[in-house]
Amino acid sequence: MINKTVANVAEALKGVEDGMTFMLGGFGLCGIPENAINELVRMGIKDITCISNNAGVDDFGLGLLLQKHQIRKMISSYVGENDEFERQMLSGELEVELTPQGTLAEKCRAAQAGFPAFYTPAGYGTEVAEGKETREFDGKMYVLEPAFKADFSFVKAWKGDEAGNLIFKGTARNFNPCMCGAATITVAEVEELLPAGSLDPNQIHIPGIFVQRIFQGEKFEKRIEQRTVR
Amino acid sequence: MLDKNGIAKRIAKEVKDGYYVNLGIGIPTLVANFVRDDISVEFQSENGVLGMGPFPFEGEEDADIINAGKQTITTLPGASFFDSALSFGMIRGQHVHLTILGAMEVAENGDIANWKIPGKMVKGMGGAMDLVASAENIIVAMMHTNRAGESKLLKRCTLPLTGVGCVKKIVTNLAVLEVTPKGFKLLERAPGVSVEEIKKATDGELIVEGDVPEMNV
Repeated sequence: MINKTVANVAEALKGVEDGMTFMLGGFGLCGIPENAINELVRMGIKDITCISNNAGVDDFGLGLLLQKHQIRKMISSYVGENDEFERQMLSGELEVELTPQGTLAEKCRAAQAGFPAFYTPAGYGTEVAEGKETREFDGKMYVLEPAFKADFSFVKAWKGDEAGNLIFKGTARNFNPCMCGAATITVAEVEELLPAGSLDPNQIHIPGIFVQRIFQGEKFEKRIEQRTVR
Repeated sequence: MLDKNGIAKRIAKEVKDGYYVNLGIGIPTLVANFVRDDISVEFQSENGVLGMGPFPFEGEEDADIINAGKQTITTLPGASFFDSALSFGMIRGQHVHLTILGAMEVAENGDIANWKIPGKMVKGMGGAMDLVASAENIIVAMMHTNRAGESKLLKRCTLPLTGVGCVKKIVTNLAVLEVTPKGFKLLERAPGVSVEEIKKATDGELIVEGDVPEMNV
């Protein structure tokens, strides 16, 4: 067994520098790497490019990094629900690259799986395809989209073991598995870190080969964005 | 004339036994309330769940189980969770049978615009571009005219496009229309709405053949 365990979030983020590109898992506030985000805020890392489906809310998730003006560029599919984001975007402080959600996921997966680029029908004929190579297959038009390149992936899982194997829960899975192994270093924070052998190999969602560092997360707040009941 | 629930009720009749269905935010979400209970249907939410159920009872909300609108939900027997790449694989690979979504504009050639108004805050397209570019069967649920009373069914879209030539059917508060190579073909009128009223509210080419029946909702 190759042990991927690190003692804490500080050790997990060793090597993080200003100007780097990070992938961050999560959909809305669901399944976001809370510990890694808080540590990036504490470290004061600046000029970050974030690849993340959303940008958090004003006082939680990536919104915390926005408050401190640590993000230079966001690559996302949907960035509503955040006033500070809107202010920085409109004032030109923050660069934003909007990408269709499925394309965003596949650009992560392509990086993980060793594809330099792929063709997708999403965005053909729209401003998203401007300046990009297009090609016809069986009478339908597609847009060539390159894989992402990133320095660190920060993901959050439900359970993990010392070998870096991961299991996700519910829709907190979302972009997290696609980002594992898609950056130079993948850091996984888990709600429950277990000894190797504790998890059934049949039930692993992401094998430890895609994870370089794993640690036991602390104080997961798991905030609900839209509490709706019957 | 139909209200939002009426539009949803009419669209629910397009949902057939054995369908996997993706519902957008707004009127489309209401469709789930009107699907016949003697057929088997599974709802997909693109953030990673198939077999979506109703909202949870108070006290049973789970932060880890939400829909694409970020609302807490429940799952039904037979449900499954998956990652975002697999989710859009289902959509792109045309395994989802029916996509129902809202729109700001639809053109007579099937183009759709629903994500961006120049000069206003742009929140993003989310999964809309993937959905419209991939789905074989797309129904648009919307009001026939905007708040200023202008037609949303146009010759050509004026807003930035979400997808080209992809809309097949439109259900509005006034009518059911099919997108054909010659324009919007009027299939049904909403209760109490005349062909003339629909013509007046439609900027794009409207094709009227014979007697147009009234919707049964």
